[in-house]
Amino acid sequence: MQISRRQFFKISAAGLGYSSLAAVGMAPIAAQAEVRQFKLTGAREIRNICTYCSVGCGLLMYSLGTGSKNSKAEIIHIEGDPDHPVSRGALCPKGSGLLDFIHSPHRLKYPEVREAGSKEWTRISWHEAIERIARHMKADRDANIVARNADGVPVNRWLSTGVLTCSAASNETGILTQKIIRALGIVATDTQARICHAPTVAALGPSFGRGAMTNNWVDIKNADLVLVMGGNAAEAHPVGFRWAIEAMKQRGAKLVVVDPRFNRTASVADLYVPLRAGSDIVFLGGVINWLIANDRIQWEYVKAYTNARSIIGEGYGFEDGVFSGFDKEQGRYDRSSWNYELDEQGKIKTDPTLQHPRCVWNLLKAHYARYTPEVVNDLTGTPTEDFLTVCELLGETSAPNKVATVLYALGWTEHTVGTQNIRSMAIIQLLLGNIGMAGGGINALRGHANVQGITDIGLLSTNLPGYMSLPNEKNHPTFADYIAKVTPAPLRDGQLNYWSNTSRFFVSQMKWFWGDKATRDNDWGYDWLPKWDKLYDTLHLTELMQQGKVNGLIVQGFNPMGSFPDANRVVEAFSKLRYMVVIDPLATETASFWQNHGESNNVDSSKIMTEVFRLPSTCFAEEEGSTVNSGRWMQWHYKGAEPPAEAKADPEILAELFMALRDLYQQEGGSVPEPILNLSWPYNDPLSPSPVELTREMNGRALADVPDPKDPTKLLVKKGEQVPNFTVLRDDGSTLCAVWIYAGSWTEAGNMMARRDNTDTGLGNTPNWAFAWPANRRVLYNRASCDPDGKPWDPKRRIIAWNGERWGGGDVPDFKADAAPGSGMDPFIMTAEGQARLFAVDKLADGPLPEHYEPMESPLVTNPLHPNQITSPAVRIFPGDRERLGSRDNFPYVGTTYRLTEHFQFWTKQVRLNAIAQPEQFVEISEALAREKGIAQGDMVKVSSNRGFIRAKAVVTKRLKTLTVNQQTVHQIGIPLHWGWETLAKKGYLTNVLTPAVGDCNTQCPEYKAFLVNLEKIPTIAAGA
Amino acid sequence: MALQSLDIERRSATTTPVPGVRTPLEVAKLIDVTTCIGCKACQVSCSEWNDIRAPVGSNIGVYDNPIDLSPQAWTVMRYAEVEEGGRLQWLIRKDGCMHCADPGCVLSCPAPDAIVQFKNGIVDFHQEHCTGCGYCLTGCPFNIPRLSEEDGKVYKCSLCSDRVAVGQEPSCVKTCPTGALRFGSKEDMQVIAAERIANLQQRGFANAGLYDPPGVGGTHVMYVLHHADRPELYGLPQDPAISPLVELWKGLAKPLAIATMALVGFASLFHYVTKGPNAVSKEIEKEEEAA
Repeated sequence: MQISRRQFFKISAAGLGYSSLAAVGMAPIAAQAEVRQFKLTGAREIRNICTYCSVGCGLLMYSLGTGSKNSKAEIIHIEGDPDHPVSRGALCPKGSGLLDFIHSPHRLKYPEVREAGSKEWTRISWHEAIERIARHMKADRDANIVARNADGVPVNRWLSTGVLTCSAASNETGILTQKIIRALGIVATDTQARICHAPTVAALGPSFGRGAMTNNWVDIKNADLVLVMGGNAAEAHPVGFRWAIEAMKQRGAKLVVVDPRFNRTASVADLYVPLRAGSDIVFLGGVINWLIANDRIQWEYVKAYTNARSIIGEGYGFEDGVFSGFDKEQGRYDRSSWNYELDEQGKIKTDPTLQHPRCVWNLLKAHYARYTPEVVNDLTGTPTEDFLTVCELLGETSAPNKVATVLYALGWTEHTVGTQNIRSMAIIQLLLGNIGMAGGGINALRGHANVQGITDIGLLSTNLPGYMSLPNEKNHPTFADYIAKVTPAPLRDGQLNYWSNTSRFFVSQMKWFWGDKATRDNDWGYDWLPKWDKLYDTLHLTELMQQGKVNGLIVQGFNPMGSFPDANRVVEAFSKLRYMVVIDPLATETASFWQNHGESNNVDSSKIMTEVFRLPSTCFAEEEGSTVNSGRWMQWHYKGAEPPAEAKADPEILAELFMALRDLYQQEGGSVPEPILNLSWPYNDPLSPSPVELTREMNGRALADVPDPKDPTKLLVKKGEQVPNFTVLRDDGSTLCAVWIYAGSWTEAGNMMARRDNTDTGLGNTPNWAFAWPANRRVLYNRASCDPDGKPWDPKRRIIAWNGERWGGGDVPDFKADAAPGSGMDPFIMTAEGQARLFAVDKLADGPLPEHYEPMESPLVTNPLHPNQITSPAVRIFPGDRERLGSRDNFPYVGTTYRLTEHFQFWTKQVRLNAIAQPEQFVEISEALAREKGIAQGDMVKVSSNRGFIRAKAVVTKRLKTLTVNQQTVHQIGIPLHWGWETLAKKGYLTNVLTPAVGDCNTQCPEYKAFLVNLEKIPTIAAGA
Repeated sequence: MALQSLDIERRSATTTPVPGVRTPLEVAKLIDVTTCIGCKACQVSCSEWNDIRAPVGSNIGVYDNPIDLSPQAWTVMRYAEVEEGGRLQWLIRKDGCMHCADPGCVLSCPAPDAIVQFKNGIVDFHQEHCTGCGYCLTGCPFNIPRLSEEDGKVYKCSLCSDRVAVGQEPSCVKTCPTGALRFGSKEDMQVIAAERIANLQQRGFANAGLYDPPGVGGTHVMYVLHHADRPELYGLPQDPAISPLVELWKGLAKPLAIATMALVGFASLFHYVTKGPNAVSKEIEKEEEAA
């Protein structure tokens, strides 16, 4: 449009006149003053569960289109589900930004390959991808599978290809993965659980019988004291943390935070107490000593429900930092001397008077007498006054009507003493009588949305579903050996000893693996299972890759390039692979490890001969299935949209791959084909088993009528029916069940995991929402909430009670429902003792009682408790990794890594909303250290360890304080870990180039939380230079 | 029948009387900074709901990000480390529009209907009427509105007027993990605040209190503060009031302007009557068009 000068004047004058008139409130027409139209009217609403952390918040997803054939659904908005009992409509900054995850520009859309030596991705068809991968796998398996070991035991072990599985994937993906990889003979396999909460299972199992968070999210509101230590609940689990705030608001509960940093949880706490990273056992051991010395013990509980009165064998001892039975050559303990003294019937000897010098009580007392408040102050740097305040607060909850809970996460697990950190707290909570109580327990706040489920499903090197162990070649060469050795003998009279049913769970699982091919005659297909020789955890697998002993790596929803320690060595290890397969919704640093990204990944692509396949998978919004939150709630989620472009659901990808392999074995034969050919595959579409089919197998069904043993004319379950619970499982081949603890989740009554009745039956318990394993119990060990006579210790915290005939109440009793008080049966039904273990006998690799050892990289050159044994004697470290440890001479500061609430691991840097909320890599340093180094707020700094370095912005803060430890000054540097090169945020360095490759003595969970670093200011380049 | 879903209290630069018969519920958002963990869920959900994405910024040595409010960031968290009696406190405040009862923005805005105050207390910017003059920036005692360089319009928190109009709470409130954000009638929010303040006083915060500043007639976004005697610790003004310039404009300048304009009108009429219409010769017109 052409406007003349004159016309322009006319328009301008008119406009000026109009706006002048309008400005004085004389608008000629009434303009509308409507609000923006509500954008969801008519949109389809789909329910889902958040894919990030294990709070398991409920989601409402809104999608474009009515669902008609002609519309393509697209998620346009996500917000919280107000009906969800835990989240009640809330979402954290990650959950609030889920829309941008689904629509991330970094979602993978097509199968791609990076050819050996290439610098780029090439798009390929699914057909080509599957064919080529299957060919790689078969060639490697045929060449390298070990059919029998030297003793002739069939071991079916394929170690030259490793599999990393995804703790964010649904149970259905997980169980199909388990089925396939064991049929192939994979033992070198691990999931994120290994590098996050493996020590939790290792600590809580031996203490109480099960490895899971004892209570649940909402139950935290029933606490009188919330201790957050070894974790940062507000930061990592904001929505679950609301129940701690609720306890403060409604009950006047106190919130105490003990942490190296004044963190987001501390910002709302009544008391923040600093300590040195890696000194938790000193602090907790000090608490144990204080409770004993000041008689803050729930005596009746301790005597009745723990092994305090049990007598330990004569050979047990602890001297100069080493427990009895240490084999210096092997660097391992022979644990036999840590056991109970048994009588002629094989039952534990006890001393009800607690006088016997070798009864657990006296051993405990003696062990922790060394942990005086002075020692605590000296080694942790915690002010004594603060330490004593924490002791007093905890001590108050030894009263039967006072309860403390503890919330922890990776701040305890990720140490060489990770398992023992948690054990220390387990002991404290038992002394205080806080286990089994509403508002009590030890609440392990799990990480990934389904890390609990994937752990339940046993996607760990040496596990099978339902916390059964994969057979070991030496201990379990035959089925009979396996059952005999893994089934615990009762150690006290009258106990339930629930694991005595192991054979039922195991045989039912074998029927799931092998179907009709599993018969009594072939020991239910036992020989087809792989038998392990060593634990192939992530560190071990990396070491084997380094040594060139691994040819293939299949990575499903995992980003080991970002999350394994000593990332520079991980790149070297990956570079030695022949093939790698990455299945993921997003681009990951793992898939592009061969790309040069300057200082942050300085590789020569042309020299890396690994063929890398990158397969696009769906995300949570594009699939249905179940995930298990930290409180063991199995929750069903629904599909809201189709995946982008050619992305496929994980079960479909896995099935296509397995079918391709099976075809090759059928056509060509090959090494050890039996497990592959005999694997039960009863799915309607063999190329795409449905989540419903898979989940129904996890619940289990009867393959024949199962008669009631009390009255054989009645049937407990009819042939073909879903089992109602795990008590009907049989070891005669008449039942099939993939995961015995999940029995009850999908019964003849339907999908129990999708239940949505959020009625509160008291104390915030919602038993008809979803399904909690085992048997829908919401507070584990709840029999211990009542005294031996069956009366609740605290009438206001009544979750179950004995009504004269049965146990019952708002929760499902974690006990034999008709075992009367006085029958002699004790509350911890999963242990052979029936009691909880203050003293863990032979269950752990590094000692029956927690002892403080320094981190492998310590700012101290001694351990004042035993100067001859500074670090734990039971540490396993590979020589190459030991060489890479640094000392305080060059690396004088303590580094500790952690997560930020704005981000989830390495995903959300690819989510625009989260990239906006926290855009750039930084480290946190104290004002004192900043002064010393001349570092100002926002300066670029270099943080280095003996293994590598990162550059990041400096956040100078009062929230980190200099501590005095063993007469020396200790500075700590906080290092968040979310950065990398596949990102919408600013490109960053992999934080894990800094961390050492050494793990927890029991589980090999890496020591990410305490190591040594140096800090330098990066000089700013003058303008114009 | 009104054309809008929420009843109007005031409209910028408009003197047409508003319907006054209906008396809808007065709403408020309560921000309890003492239970805020600074997780930024509110920030993210605000951007998600309102379809805005700020550019990815930089870290300048603090947790704050985006570092300031912007046309694409209507609420941001502000973090302050304060040492009190040997104990460190990390004071974290969600910053955004206060939805004043006497909104300086509405009073200062010269564009009709660009800013609307609804009877429920929400103050909403309607960008299609905004001329981008920026007077509201001066008029706001809390430094909230932000002028977009892209489209010359001013943006700020709408208290999710679109959600509230259909009976839902604002997006930030719904998503708040710890319940530090609450939404409801202003009266209910004052009751909840009083409970929180009593709880805080028991926990040793003697000066805990409610921030609902009378200088702007009270606000529809209120804060529970541990140190209500020192709002400046949180970056809040002690006694916010509308800028005297705005008062001057409304008090003195406006009648003067009306008088001036009336005078111009009369003068024009007089000129027309006496001199007749101003005509432009066809030649000049052609010249112009050729140019």
